[in-house]
Amino acid sequence: MSQDIESILNMDWDIEHKPYQAKAIKLANGKTMVIREAKKEEAPILLESIRPLQLYHKDYYDIVSSRMYAEILGWYVNRVRNEFVLIGVVDGELAGIVNNRLMNNKICMSFHTMALMRGIRAGAHLFAAKQENAIENYGVDEIYVTAESPIGFHRWMEEWALELRPEIQHELGGVTTWSLTKENYYKQKSKLVFGSRPVPQDLLESTYNLKPIVPQLLRQKSEDED
Amino acid sequence: MEKVAIVGQGMVKFGKHTEKSFVDLAAKASLRALENSRMSEKNIDALYLSSLFAGELNHQVGTASALVDTLGLLPCAANRIENGNAAGGRAIREAYMAIASGVHDIVMVTGCDKMRQVSNATVTDYVATMAHPEAEYVHGVTLPSLAGMLARLYMHKYGMERKHLSMVSVKNQKNGCKNPFAHVQQEITMEGICFEPESEINNPLVADPLRLYDCCPVSDGSASIILCNAERAKEFTDTPVFLSGIGQATDTLAVHERVDPTILNSVREASKQAFAMAKLTPKDISFAELHDAFSILEIVESEDAGFFEKGTGFKALEQGITQKDGAFPINPSGGLKARGHPVGVTGVAQACEITKQLQGEAGEMQIKNAQSAYCCNFGGFGNNVTALIMKRKN
Repeated sequence: MSQDIESILNMDWDIEHKPYQAKAIKLANGKTMVIREAKKEEAPILLESIRPLQLYHKDYYDIVSSRMYAEILGWYVNRVRNEFVLIGVVDGELAGIVNNRLMNNKICMSFHTMALMRGIRAGAHLFAAKQENAIENYGVDEIYVTAESPIGFHRWMEEWALELRPEIQHELGGVTTWSLTKENYYKQKSKLVFGSRPVPQDLLESTYNLKPIVPQLLRQKSEDED
Repeated sequence: MEKVAIVGQGMVKFGKHTEKSFVDLAAKASLRALENSRMSEKNIDALYLSSLFAGELNHQVGTASALVDTLGLLPCAANRIENGNAAGGRAIREAYMAIASGVHDIVMVTGCDKMRQVSNATVTDYVATMAHPEAEYVHGVTLPSLAGMLARLYMHKYGMERKHLSMVSVKNQKNGCKNPFAHVQQEITMEGICFEPESEINNPLVADPLRLYDCCPVSDGSASIILCNAERAKEFTDTPVFLSGIGQATDTLAVHERVDPTILNSVREASKQAFAMAKLTPKDISFAELHDAFSILEIVESEDAGFFEKGTGFKALEQGITQKDGAFPINPSGGLKARGHPVGVTGVAQACEITKQLQGEAGEMQIKNAQSAYCCNFGGFGNNVTALIMKRKN
C-alpha cells in the first residue's frame, strides 16, 4: 500500500532528462572550477553545506539558503518534478550550487544560485551554466527568473538585461518575474557564458569525491571580527 | 636632525566590522598602538581622529571627544580631521606640526571609517561628492569614472596596455596575502583576470578601461600611530621611526581644468616638499606605499612622486622593479587594493605599514634592509595630497 502511495507522490522527470556536459572554467585566482551536474547521492553533502547559511540573517542568505535547501531536499526525495542541479567544484571542494526546474519543453523556472566560495565570481559562472543547460541542452524558449536579494537583482536582472514580465507568476512566492528569452540568451552568450569542453578525465574524476565545506561567508565573519 | 618620531602603531584587520561601533573600532587600533609603545594613556597630550564618514554613514559626530573618553585619555585635546581620502595624511601632518612647534609632546593619530554599513552604491555616491559639485558630480561622475578616464588618457599618451593595470592588481593582491591586516587575502593571476576568455566575467568592467580588480574594496577599519618629540622617543620604544619629510599640496577640484590630467601636480608638489624637508631624493628611498585606490594611480603616482620618468611607470612594473623583491618595491603591504580602503584611515595605515617595515617587524612582508620609505595619501581625485618620508635612523 505504502509503495503505491509513493508511486503517486514520486515526482521525478516527466520529460526527457538530458545530461549536462561538464565544463571547466578558469577563475580569477588561476584555479579551475569544474561545473557538472550533481548526482542525487551527493545531495546530503550539498544540504550539509547550505544548512548553516539558513541562520545567516544578512543579505537575504537566510531565505535564499532555506528555499534552496527545500529545493535540493525535494529533488533528493523526488518531490520536485524536472529539477536539475549543477555544482561548481574547485580543488575537490564545493564552490557553489545552482538549480532550475523545467515546466515543460518550452519554459524553465530559474530557482537559486548559491556561491559557497566567495570572491571568485563562482555564482556568475554557475548562473550562466544553468541557463545554458536550459536553453542549449533542453532547448527551452524562455526562462523565468526572480531574485530575493539586491545582489541577485544586480547580477541577473541588470547584467543579463532581462525583460520584466509582471504578468507571469514565478514559483518562488509569486514575486516579480523577469524573463530570459532564447533570443536574449544568444545575444548575451559571448560575454556571459564561458567554459571549455571536454573536461579532462582526471580533472573530472577529482570532483567526484566531494566534501562538505563551511561556507566561506561564515569563515570570513569570524576572521573579520578582529 | 628630525623633530618627530613614531613610537607606536596598531591596526585592526580591515574588512567588515558589523558588530563593533565606530568608536569601539577606533579604540581597538588605538589601544594596540599604546600597547606597541611603552606608554600609558596618561602620556598622550592630544588625539587627532581622521575619518571621512563617521557622521554621514555612522550617524555620530563629535567622535574624537567620544574616543578620548573611551580610551581614558581625558583631559587631552581631541580633534576630528576630515580631508577627503587624505584625512589620514593630513592628521599626521597636523600632529607633526603640533609636536615640532612645541605645542604638544605626544600625539596619537587614529584613523577610523566604517563604510560597510550601507550599499556599495551609497558609498560610491558619498565618495563622489568629493568631485566638483556642478562640473562633475551632477553629471554622474564618480571616482572610478575619473580614474577610468585618467587610465584611458594615459594609455593613449604613453602606450600603456590594459594588461599593465592588471599587473598592478596581481602584484598587490599577492603582497596582501602576507599581510595579516589585509581585507583581501587572495592571489589572482593574469590568466584569470586578463588573458583567458573567462576574465570577462571574473573581472567585469567597472569604468572603462578599469575592471573589478582594478578597484580597491570598500572596507571598515582602523589604524593608529603615536608620534612624539624625537628627543623623547627612546623612552617609549627601542626602535623609533623618524618623520623626516612631510608635504601637502592641492590641485584643481575639477579634473578637466588641469592642463594635462595625466600629471598629478599635487603629488609632484607634495613630494617635492617632503623630499626637500628630508634632504633626500627618490633614489634614497627603499620602498613606497602608494595610494592605489585604482590600479592606474599606482603607476601615475610612481612617476609624479619622482621614482620613474613620466610615462615609464608601467615599464618598471613590467620589468618587475616594483615587485616586493624588486629593486624598488611598491606597496609591499598589498596597498589599498588588498589591504582595503576605509578612506579616512588609509594615510594612517600607510604610516603603520612603513613603521613596521623600518622597525624590521613586518613579518613575511619585510623588505630587506629597508632604511627609508615614502607614502602618498591621495585626496579627492588628486585635489589634496599628502606625502610622507620616514627613516629608520635619525
